[in-house]
Amino acid sequence: MKHRTRKATRHVNQNEGLIFEKSSPGKAAWKLPPLDVPEVDSAALLGSAERKDLGNMPEVSEIEIIRHFTRMSTWNYAIDLGIYPLGSCTMKYNPRVNEAVARVEGIANGHPYQPEKISQGALQIIKTLSEQLIEITGMDAITLQPAAGAHGEMTGLLMVRAYHQSKGNARKKILIPDSAHGTNPATAAMVNYAVENLKSDLRGMVDIQALAAQMNEDVAALMLTNPNTLGVFEQDIHKIADILHAKGGLLYMDGANMNALVGKVRPGDFGVDVMHLNLHKTFSTPHGGGGPGSGPVAIKKALEPFLPTPVLTKKADGTLGFDYSRPQSVGRVRAFYGNFGMFVRALAYIQANGPDGLRQTTEDAVLNANYIRKGLEGTYDLPYSTPTMHEVVFSDKTQLKKGVRTMDIAKRLIDYGFHPYTTAFPLIVPGALMIEPTESESKEEMDLFIEAMKSIAGEVEEDPQTVLGAPHSTRVSRLDETAAARKPVLRWKPQD
Amino acid sequence: MRYLPKSPADRQAMLKAIGLRSVDDLFAPIPAEYRLSRELNIPRQMAESEIVDFFRQRSRENGDGYTSFLGAGAYFHYRPVIIDSLISRGEFLTAYTPYQAEISQGTLQSIFEFQTMICELTGMEVANASMYDGSTAAAEGVMMAVRLTGRRSVVVARSLHPEYREVLATYATHQGMPLTVAGFNDDGRVNLKEVEKAITPETACVLIQSPNFFGTIEDVAAIADIAHKHGAMLVVSIAEAVSLGIVEPPRQADVITMEAQSFGVPLGFGGPYCGVIATQEKYVRQMPGRLVGQTVDKQGKRGFVLTLATREQHIRREKATSNICTNQALVALMVNIFMTVYGKVGLKELAKQNLAKTAYAASQFAKHGKVLFGSTPRFNEFVVQTSEGPYAINGRLLGHKMVGGLPLKKFYPELGNAALWCCTELTTRSAIDTAAGLVAESERSVRSSKVEDVEEVTR
Repeated sequence: MKHRTRKATRHVNQNEGLIFEKSSPGKAAWKLPPLDVPEVDSAALLGSAERKDLGNMPEVSEIEIIRHFTRMSTWNYAIDLGIYPLGSCTMKYNPRVNEAVARVEGIANGHPYQPEKISQGALQIIKTLSEQLIEITGMDAITLQPAAGAHGEMTGLLMVRAYHQSKGNARKKILIPDSAHGTNPATAAMVNYAVENLKSDLRGMVDIQALAAQMNEDVAALMLTNPNTLGVFEQDIHKIADILHAKGGLLYMDGANMNALVGKVRPGDFGVDVMHLNLHKTFSTPHGGGGPGSGPVAIKKALEPFLPTPVLTKKADGTLGFDYSRPQSVGRVRAFYGNFGMFVRALAYIQANGPDGLRQTTEDAVLNANYIRKGLEGTYDLPYSTPTMHEVVFSDKTQLKKGVRTMDIAKRLIDYGFHPYTTAFPLIVPGALMIEPTESESKEEMDLFIEAMKSIAGEVEEDPQTVLGAPHSTRVSRLDETAAARKPVLRWKPQD
Repeated sequence: MRYLPKSPADRQAMLKAIGLRSVDDLFAPIPAEYRLSRELNIPRQMAESEIVDFFRQRSRENGDGYTSFLGAGAYFHYRPVIIDSLISRGEFLTAYTPYQAEISQGTLQSIFEFQTMICELTGMEVANASMYDGSTAAAEGVMMAVRLTGRRSVVVARSLHPEYREVLATYATHQGMPLTVAGFNDDGRVNLKEVEKAITPETACVLIQSPNFFGTIEDVAAIADIAHKHGAMLVVSIAEAVSLGIVEPPRQADVITMEAQSFGVPLGFGGPYCGVIATQEKYVRQMPGRLVGQTVDKQGKRGFVLTLATREQHIRREKATSNICTNQALVALMVNIFMTVYGKVGLKELAKQNLAKTAYAASQFAKHGKVLFGSTPRFNEFVVQTSEGPYAINGRLLGHKMVGGLPLKKFYPELGNAALWCCTELTTRSAIDTAAGLVAESERSVRSSKVEDVEEVTR
């Protein structure tokens, strides 16, 4: 079977060295206006604190910088080029109006300490987004301060701890299913809770018997991702919440997969006490090569006294302001008020969608995942046949017979013009292929993806070496990660 | 919905292919009693023009058109136009974390250059790919020192940004890390005797900021000596990155944590910003956050990968160095482009302009109010003490479309009627003169009203 790459065609792209290799004295990309105050003698002002030399910082012109970064940009795959089906990462379209409104003068240049009187615009944005996220999640209150999902987890668990502490016993441990993201146990450790693993049942869901057996008064909370990392909705969610609540525990929901739920079901309605959202996943703020994120934490009423400071409030005169006097607060988790620029983008996204758009978005995301499942079932092994929500997890069991693993298939997908799926996660599926198309993909794009995946499966049978050696069409072939870690070279140095 | 690329016919065809009749069948796994039987109660879909109008309106209510003297951890510097031109390229803006190195070399090489320039500027040997911001970077830097020394307590300078101190306190509470605060002298610098007294055999590190919250440059070498003498580490936080153009970096530190917002990142009402951690090579395996390393491909060609991932949560889970998962890649790219634009010579000249504006402003304010810590070298901030409360003075400044210095009473009641003022290269002489004039007026009117009071009593 000859492979077909209908999605992409190879074409020349530019080489480009490190910026330091282009630098030479006397080139410059900057120009300052003349000083309108007297010049100063920095040596006299700073004494021994004066810096004499800036080492190997580059000296280049503006056109070189434009070309440097533009050339490098063409070496990246991106959502703007096509499907980016990383499971659990929700790589959806990043609307450009979000970027435009984040750059409006008063929003981009607002100082976090400017008087509240002239900050009403920013405060109104925070209030509006907060209210809408509360409605979307069905929770009672929210903080937007955490800078990312993992930071939100930490904030949520700090509130869990403060809640239990206020009842006289902070408790000792957090239950975490074996399918969970690695951030969950890492976060529990940061908040000084022990981690106890909870095994999944044959359907890939929380094992209710195991949960009932492990639940006791030492357990502060269960951290549950729902739908979980298999893309499976925890159908016994009401039983899970009941088991926890009966022993005074709380239900924490990792909202990483909220893209399967918005407008269709609300975590607050199915017993969740605390949850975080990822504005960079569900609410379309750009991933930008790995951040910035934003991880608001929504809570039920009982946890409200413990919200991080400050909390947005409406003052007696009807204006908005911050309340810093919160004696039971867990404290601050970040300077200022969080990643405000991401709030602007998320709000613009919600406004563009409205209630019907958000619902349709969720429906399309789930439809797309099921379409891919249907298209690849039989070609790739499906370890759990439980219904799929927003993402589907296959395994490389069939291909492994030819010595081909999930990472090899992923690398071969690159040659077909696609970004790979998430490899080797969740940990409960050996050799996992975790695929989340999101709502942003057309039927045509998914048909191309399915065709490519099938073509690769054919290659595995007929010519596994092609797959094992992939990618063949990129500017660099597989990189030596072992060498990178053994003798780390983490910065450029001039050659003597 | 304009972001969704499917026609009703497409949806029908896909449902049919799956073998379902309606989209509701897809949601059957969710127990019926929890499914929402209504639309969300949020406003209707808005047109793009309406969205733009909404935010323009909010912008007008948000200090648009004001000249500001605020700094205190968030600085208004000029942002070269090409920063937004370049970060708006979809290949940067809409890429994920560079896990698939072969199709992420743009992001990876850019981070490698970022790490290199941060090393050059801080004088450290290694720097990571960025942290959430300066406050959380400081907390993570301290936790790194705790892991490296096997000790648990921390001495924190009172002249560290008060909100950074609050964040550290939050992080420290449940990790059994007692914090002791060391005060500052009349010269605005950390009180070395208090540091020495606070250090115990259990002290993992001393955490200071330089230039500190008041803009004053600390005697880093002296504090490093004290810390090191007792087997503790020195962690230095830098909140104003532009200072590195003209102020000697704290090379004696074991860990430098930084807020790089000044390097081309919009103020944006407090975020997103760009934290950084830099340290010595021997400590790299205890450093949190992502790292990019250089390596070769099968043909021996240079390339870049994420490396030393065994420190991280997705491998180590509860034993990871941190739970941190994202960095601030897009913001780090802004910082990277800014550093590249100004480079070796421009950064110095830029920092010098900040120094000159601030020196001029401080001299103008000193004619009427009292500029504290005047004898100690400072970068671009200074504290002005006035007879009248700073809120009243700032209220009058607002009438001139100006935002005065940050009143310090909330953070430092011991300084009385004091405010923290900041000048950058964008602060004009005429703005400085207007503000200094209003402070002068305030002093005159307080003095004359005092005279009147006295007269009333004697009469």
